Parts: sequence; structure tokens; C-alpha cells
Amino acid sequence: MEVLEFILSVIVNGLSQGGIYAMIAIGYTMVYGIAKLLNFAHGDIIMVAAYTIIVTVNTSMPIGVSLPLSILLSIVICVLLGVAIEKVAYKPLRGASPLAVLITAIGVSYLLQSIAQIIFGTAPKMTAKLDLGAFKLFGVPVKFSAIITLVITVLVMVGLTMFVKKSRTGRAMVAVSEDRGAAQLMGINVNKIITITFIIGSALAALAGFCSIIEAPSVTSTFGSMPGIKAFTAAVIGGIGSIPGAMLGGIMLGIVECIANKIPVIAPYTDAIEFSILIIILLVKPTGFLGKKRREKV
Amino acid sequence: MALLEVHDLEVNYGVIRAIKGISFEVNEGEIVTLIGANGAGKTTTMQSTVGLIPKKAGKVIFDGNDITKVPCHKIVHLGMTQVPEGRRIFQELTVYENLLMGAYSIKDKSGFKNDIESVYERFPRLAERRNQIAGTLSGGEQQMLAMGRAIMSHPKLLMLDEPSMGLSPLLVDQVFEIIKQINKDGTTVLLVEQNAGKSLAISDRAYVLENGEIVLSGTGKELSESEMVKKAYLGG
Repeated sequence: MEVLEFILSVIVNGLSQGGIYAMIAIGYTMVYGIAKLLNFAHGDIIMVAAYTIIVTVNTSMPIGVSLPLSILLSIVICVLLGVAIEKVAYKPLRGASPLAVLITAIGVSYLLQSIAQIIFGTAPKMTAKLDLGAFKLFGVPVKFSAIITLVITVLVMVGLTMFVKKSRTGRAMVAVSEDRGAAQLMGINVNKIITITFIIGSALAALAGFCSIIEAPSVTSTFGSMPGIKAFTAAVIGGIGSIPGAMLGGIMLGIVECIANKIPVIAPYTDAIEFSILIIILLVKPTGFLGKKRREKV
Repeated sequence: MALLEVHDLEVNYGVIRAIKGISFEVNEGEIVTLIGANGAGKTTTMQSTVGLIPKKAGKVIFDGNDITKVPCHKIVHLGMTQVPEGRRIFQELTVYENLLMGAYSIKDKSGFKNDIESVYERFPRLAERRNQIAGTLSGGEQQMLAMGRAIMSHPKLLMLDEPSMGLSPLLVDQVFEIIKQINKDGTTVLLVEQNAGKSLAISDRAYVLENGEIVLSGTGKELSESEMVKKAYLGG
């Protein structure tokens, strides 16, 4: 019984936590691959989504209306925010040194957190309306939120893979990430492709925010920091720039986290274990699992 | 009528003056070559003409429009396509997808099937390898793909930057044969080459570029008979 419970819980919770990391990691990895920048404000987009959802469901609307509306609203707000950040903070720095861009990204991250603190204060914002309950699977309690996250993750991964592999725009994204100059010579508008990348990344961050909030419905201004860093770790483990890599890295990290949390002796060290994996991977395979070594082009 | 006119083009890399005010033109239907040694500024000229690298000064007129300040990605839409130095095909995409990217600027998709079939006809090797990842092609095949990809955009002017680079003598002959053919089919060609002998042989006119300046110009025949060109570029 105990073994079954352990295995089942690792599968369900590990995969759903991993799915959340994967969705965030995809945003990191796509933006890195195409715009060649590490968008450290990406985690804070999740926080914005979470606040949006909580504020919306806490209104007097019935939950059947407010919940779908909150998801939609969070996606719209996050997409607009993501695109605005790119246009205001990153686009003027195209061609600047990577360090300047990195510092800007960290600055944007703090800016978003500070704005959230000004608006919502430092006390956590909570809701009781998002407890979706649990059911028993083989006698083991499984939360509905985990199942929803799993479904969303699978849909996102399949949808995104199809989009990148089959659509003309998806292929153009790969082309831009491989050789921006050659892509321009084909008539591909690089700025437009970068905007599309930020739209996709921010929408996925909003979904990740929704999945996190149904798991634990309490938000503060630093809500997105830890998941953001974990997802970045996942992206690097999987091979930064690679979308399948981000998916793999995210799922892996989620499962490791879940196993570590289940074992009382090592549970306090879960975060340390996850980041140690990053260090080990970087030592053994610096490109990550699915990352490619790219020739630097002049 | 001049299809492409470049006036007093200047390009700087930092403090280095790479291109020091050159002017040249390409008339409709011609094959025009810029020859010159390594570092003379040939690739810089090509890339700044289409806006891939910024110009310091000068003016570029294409097909009657001033395109000096038009961003690179819009220039293809006007009918000027470049096969860049080193081919720069998309290694992670298949042959077919590379050709799809070549047609990116074509808004009307109805002709795509015909276009791709005619590229496959011109380059049968590409047809055989249409679903292969482009990075696994041989150098010659990659050059064919780069040219096929460029043709997909229906250029009025095809610019080729060192198409013979790194190819075996047999393949070099083949590439020049194809360029001649493309030109015969109605596309104007601007060629940049180190292989002066072969390129002058197929050129209507040519310019000699040295240290960022045009030092000589004339018909292909005139230049291949010029003592200066013979000495510097034709090995005797």
C-alpha cells in the first residue's frame, strides 16, 4: 500500500509539478533561442497571472463564470505585459552587450515585484474558491488540480510541438534561432518573430500561474521567483534553446522534487538537490541533455 | 536600364573604413561580378547593399526605388535576394523546409508547388533529399540548396556571394553553369567571387575591388585580358 501510494503520488504530483516547470521553461528557452537573451522577468509574469486570477475569482461573480474569465484575463494581461517588456526594455538593447541585457532583465523582475507590492501589499493574497478537492485512485488521494495541470501540460506540449514543427511561422522561428542574418535575407521579419515568441512564452507563463494557484491558492510579490529559477534550471538541464529539452528538464525536475519531498531525511534539502543536479549536468554535459553545440557565426 | 545602382557606398567597422565610397550598377539581364582578394570588401559591399550591415553613407537604388534605408527583411519582397557567403542554409531544417523559408516573402501561396517543382527539376539532388536535414548535405548540395532557396523568392536580381567557395573544381564548373542558366531564364545576377577566371568568363561586366575601393571596371572580356587583372587575380 505504502509503495503504491509513493509511486502513484510521485507520478501524479511529480508530473504535474514538472509540467508547471516545463511550461515556464519553454518560455525561457524559446526567448533565449530566438532573441538570445535570458528573460529573468519571466518568472514574475507567473506572479502577475496569479494575482489576476485571485482578484478575479474573489469578485462576487459565480465561480463558473469567474474562473474561465480569470484564466482568459490572465493570459491576455500576461501576453500584453510580456510584449510590452520586450518592446520597452529589450528591443532598444538589441546589439548591446549581453551583460547589459541581463542586468535589464533582473531590473524588470524587481520592478514587477515592487509594483505588485505597491498594489497588493506584502501580505499574501488568498482565495478559498479555488480548492478543487481530491478523489481516490486505488485508495490513494489525488488532487483534481494535479490532473488539470497534467491535461493542460499535455495539450500545451502537443500544441506547441505541432506549431513549431508544422507551421510556417514555427519553422521561421527555428530559422531565426539558427541564423538571424540568413533569416532576414529570406524576408523573415525578426522583430515580429521575437514578438510572437514573447506572446507564446507569456501565455504559457499565465497557464503555469493558473496551475500553481489551484495547487496552492496564495500569492505574494515573489510568487514567481522560485518557480522561475527552477524552470530556468530545467531549461539549462534540458539544453537551453531546445523546446523538447525544456519539457524534459521540467518534468525531470518536478519528479526529483516530488521524490525528495517524500523522503523525510532529505526533504529539507530538496532545493539544494535540484540545483546540484544543474551543477552536475553542467560539468558532465555543458550543453544540457538536448542542447546542441552551435558554431558561433560572425 | 539599371536595375541596381549603388552610389558612393561607405561602410565602417568601428574606426576601420572597410568600404571607401564605391559606386557600381547592374543592368537588367546582366551578369555583373565584383572580383577582389580576401578582405577587399566584397562581402561587406553585398551585405550593406541589402541592409544586413549598416551603411555609413551612400545611396542604393533598386528597380527605381531608393532602398538605402529599407530594412533587410523587406528587400526580398522588392525582388532582390542574396545567397550569402558560406551558404548559411538552415542546418536544422529539412531541404524542403529551407525552400519553404526561401518562399517566405511570397504572399500568394498558389504558385509554391510549381516553384518548388522547378527547383527540384533544376537541382535533382535536392529532390532526392527533400526530407533530409540540410545540415547533413555535402558542401556542393548545400550550395545548390542555398541557390534553390534564393530562387524560391522570384528575385529580379540574384546576388551570389562566393558561390564557388570550398567546392571541388568539378562542382565549381557546375555552379557557374547553373548561374549562367538562371541568368538565361531572365534573372539578373550580381556575383562576388575570388575565382576571377571563371566568373569573368560568364560576366557581361565586372568591377575590381581593392581595399574597399573600385580600382578597375569593364566588360568581362576586357578585364580578363587586362594586364593588371591577369597579374593579380589570374595567376600570370
